[in-house]
This record gives sequence, C-alpha cells and structure tokens, in this order.
Amino acid sequence: MITKKEVQRIAKLARLGITKKEEEMFQKELSSILDYFIFLKKADTSLVEPTFRPSEYFLKEEFGKTREDRQETQPAEKINKLRDAFPEKEKDYLKVKSIL
Amino acid sequence: MELYELDILQAHQGLVKKEFSASELVKSFLGKIRETDKKISAFLTITKKEALLTAKKIDGLIASGQEIPVLAGIPIAIKDNILTEGVRTTCASKILENYIASYDATSVKKLKELGAIIIGKTNLDEFAMGASTENSAFFPTKNPYDPTRVAGGSSGGSAAAVASNMCVYALGSDTGGSIRQPASFCGVVSLKPTYGAVSRYGLVAFASSLDQIGPLTKTVDDSKIVFNAIRGWDRMDSTSVKSRIKNYELRIKNLKIGIPKEYFVKGIEPGVERVIKKTIKKAEELGVKIEEISLPNTKYALPAYYLIATSEASANLARYDGIRYSKVKREQVDQKETNSSPGTFPGRGGAKVKNLLDYYLTIRGNGFGKEVKRRIMLGAYSLSAGYYDAYYLKAEKTRTLIKNDFDKAFSKVDVIFTPVAPTAAFKIGEKTKDPLSMYLADVFTVSASLAGLPAVSVPVGFTRNLPVGLQIIGKPFEENTILEIGSRIFKKK
Repeated sequence: MITKKEVQRIAKLARLGITKKEEEMFQKELSSILDYFIFLKKADTSLVEPTFRPSEYFLKEEFGKTREDRQETQPAEKINKLRDAFPEKEKDYLKVKSIL
Repeated sequence: MELYELDILQAHQGLVKKEFSASELVKSFLGKIRETDKKISAFLTITKKEALLTAKKIDGLIASGQEIPVLAGIPIAIKDNILTEGVRTTCASKILENYIASYDATSVKKLKELGAIIIGKTNLDEFAMGASTENSAFFPTKNPYDPTRVAGGSSGGSAAAVASNMCVYALGSDTGGSIRQPASFCGVVSLKPTYGAVSRYGLVAFASSLDQIGPLTKTVDDSKIVFNAIRGWDRMDSTSVKSRIKNYELRIKNLKIGIPKEYFVKGIEPGVERVIKKTIKKAEELGVKIEEISLPNTKYALPAYYLIATSEASANLARYDGIRYSKVKREQVDQKETNSSPGTFPGRGGAKVKNLLDYYLTIRGNGFGKEVKRRIMLGAYSLSAGYYDAYYLKAEKTRTLIKNDFDKAFSKVDVIFTPVAPTAAFKIGEKTKDPLSMYLADVFTVSASLAGLPAVSVPVGFTRNLPVGLQIIGKPFEENTILEIGSRIFKKK
C-alpha cells in the first residue's frame, strides 16, 4: 500500500494540486493498480535489453536521425498564431506569475 | 441510397460523374449530423462554414473539367487531439477548452492538399486516455448500435461518426488500441499503422513511443486509400520513416495465419469467441493455412503497456501549465471545493494563488480530469527515484520479450488473427468505478502497440446484436498484406 505521504510527494513532483479527497482516492486506486502490475516481476528479463522505441529494432539504419541544429525562420503569421494562444501577455511577451 | 451512406470510392465516382456536387454531399452530412448527433454525441465541433467553402472550391474544379484526387470533396471527421489550423482542438480536456490550433498536423495537411473536406472534430477520452470515451470532459459518446452502451475509446467519437453515417471516414489515434477497439465496438474498419509509418507531427502527444494516427472507414479499400494518403516520412517527426510499403499481388493460397492460443482464454465473451472462430474457418475456405502459435509473454503486455504509457504521459503532459495554450477559465484558478477540507495546496482550499508553483498546481489540479491525473500520478511514480528500475525499466525490458515473441511467430506465419477486444461494447457506467477493469478492455490490442506492429480491425459478425471485430496483426510495414486479407474476409453489411 502506498502511503499518503508518497501520494503527496508524487502529486507535487507531477505539479498536480490534489484535494484531501483525491489524496485518499489515489492512495487506494494506485495501490490496487500497482499490486496488480507487480506480477511483471515474474517475467524473466535477465537476458534482454529494454526496448524504448519499437522502431529501434526494425529501423536500425535510419532510426533517430535528427535535423540539423540550426535556426529556421518562421513566417510571421505562424509566430503570431502561437503568440495569440498566450493567455496573458505584455506586448510580445508572455506574462507569467512571479516564481518566488 | 442517401448520399451520407456512400463510402469513399462511391462518393468519388458520384462526384466525377456529376451525379451530385461536393456541396450537396456536405449538406447531406450536415443534415445527418443535425438529426443524429443529439443521440450519439460524436462531435465536439462542427466546421460547417469551412466545409461548405471547401466544397464550393472542389465543385469549381470539377466544373472546370479538372481531374480530382479520390479524396477531394469527401467529408472527413478528425479526432480532437489532432491539430486543425484555426479550429478548436480540445483533446476533450478542460485545460485546452479554448485552444485554437496554430497549425495543421501533417496528416491533416496532406489530406487538405488532396481536397478533403473536414466536417468536424470528434470526441475522445481526455487526452486519448480511456477505452470508452466516458473520460471526455464534455460528454460520453454513445454506441450507434445501442445508445445505452459505450462507443469504445479513445477514438469513440470518430468510430461512432463513421458508423452512423455522419462522415464518410475519420482519423483517429491509437496508443494501446484507441483506433481498433472503438472500430470493433461500432462495427467499422480501422488501421493502426506500423510505428513510424505516419507522421505524429500535430498529434497531441500521449505516449510518444506508441502513438500512431490511422483511418476509421466503412470499407477495407477506404482504409487503404486513406493510409496511402497520410503515410510517409516527415521532417517534423524524427520517428517517421521513408515509405517502405511493398505493393504486390498477394497470393492468398500460400498464406499462413497464426492463431495465438493466449488470446482464447477465460475472460473472453463466448459470443465473441464464436464469431472469431467462425471467421477463422471462413479464412481456411479461402485456402490459407491456419497454425496455432504461442506468444508466451502476452500476459505481461497489459502491465508493461500501462507502466510505459503512463510514464511517457507524465512527461508529455508536463507542458500543460496554463500559460501557453490559450486562456484557462478564471474559475479554474479561483474555484473553491465545497466539501474538501483545506486543500494540500492553495487555490482549491480557498487560499490565494501567490506564485508560479501555486498557479501550476491549481491550473493542473482543476484542469485535468480524474483519469488523466491518475495516469500522470502512476507515470510519475514509476519514473521516480527508487521505483524506476522495478517499474519503468522492467516494463521496457518486458517489451523486448513481447517483441521477441512476435519475431519468433513471424518466422513461421505471415499474419496473426486475434479478437480485437474480449467483449462487445459494454454499458455506459459499467467500468467507470474500477479503473483496472477499464484497463483490461485493452488486453488484446496493447501487444501490437508495444511491438510497433501494424494491425487492422475488421467487423466480422455480431453477438447480442453488437458488432465484433477481428484483429489482423502484420509484420512491420506490411499494411498492404493485412488490408488485403481483411478485404477478403470483410463483407459490407
């Protein structure tokens, strides 16, 4: 069983504000889900490496090729659209709450 | 026959032969939506104005005697976690309720270039997390065969819209079964492509090593058309790959079909098993060879999938902080919980939001629904110090075992047949109280996702008057093989 303290720690790590009620609910639910998942222990993985992406195997030669790291100029229209999605702004700047 | 009953090929023929115009076609669907969606609740947004405008353009092209692509003028519905420029894209979440997409997803862009007409955005489980579309922050989508039952999920809106003739076809996204399972519940055809076959650019990320976009259609041929239109390498998605799809004449006579015994065990609904077994017999009559195979690590697929998917989700959803993607409603910051004791954080116990951390906690605590929070918590837990090796890393290693099972099986057989889901569509509310029982609805679809393999879901029969789907899993990039077999087995009702 996960403790309430662990639930609080995880919630803070995940930046989720949860109520006391949710704290209790998640304690119960996460415990029962993890109890069920723990039978994964029985899988013998002593001889295998992890597969973080399925295509690592079938696409060996071209997997993970990234674009050249250089600045790409974007059309002003696109930039404005992204800016329009800011909930609060001052001129062209995104406005956020103070950090401290 | 009404215009809204047509499939892609039929509608294209009609347009080319000038039996009806694209505008008339769109109007027929708008009328059908008005009449039907009150009952089904498949759509979150209807893009009537844009649809009629595009239709007019296509009609102009046809009138001027130009040859049009097969998808030109054909109405499509798009799952609301796929970006459509200038149109609201909510992921069925309160946190993105007012978000207007700044650009088109690559798959949407490709379809638009072919003249496709977007008729609306469809409902889903919030951020594609669920198997019933009941986790939508707005409303659940109902099954067109029985409105007291779920449409499946998470692409439930797309599946129900196709099944009830509110669009000709739809796009969905599949992470652990989210295209295939609703297609099975609603009796439509669908394809989850090989990981990397279709660009994920503009698909709101849930679990990046699993997510794929794919079509939901009325016929197998239609799925092939849509898949060919959206597949291919994209410089905006480093996991997408250059097309390596083989086009060849399939000789069905020499084909070997594997039936994994682990998929026919206790827990499967007898009616579903009956329909699938009958379909296997029918395939045998086509001249294929049936072979029993074993995928011994199947039992580990579900926990491995949920640990991996939630871990990736907890990282992907970190970007929803209330300061980038449109205004989050004021009350979501100030809202007071009536029956909660002073909250463990400000904002929901009545205390003032003072700094950025308070703001994050409040916006995310109020903006995400229960299942999304549950999965973020689960993922953050299995990634956290002290648990990483036992949960996350163990799951990624188990994924290799599952992949190896398939490799071994595919050295003996060409494709694999399984049921899509252990049951037909379940009742609305039946599984919402017990998250684990909802997770088990994905038990037959998560393995192909973990291994990145392509799989189609084809309606093959009914149990208790509800559709049953057959899953055909193929080797990487052999979409054409599984679609071809699907088309031989599938009979349009």
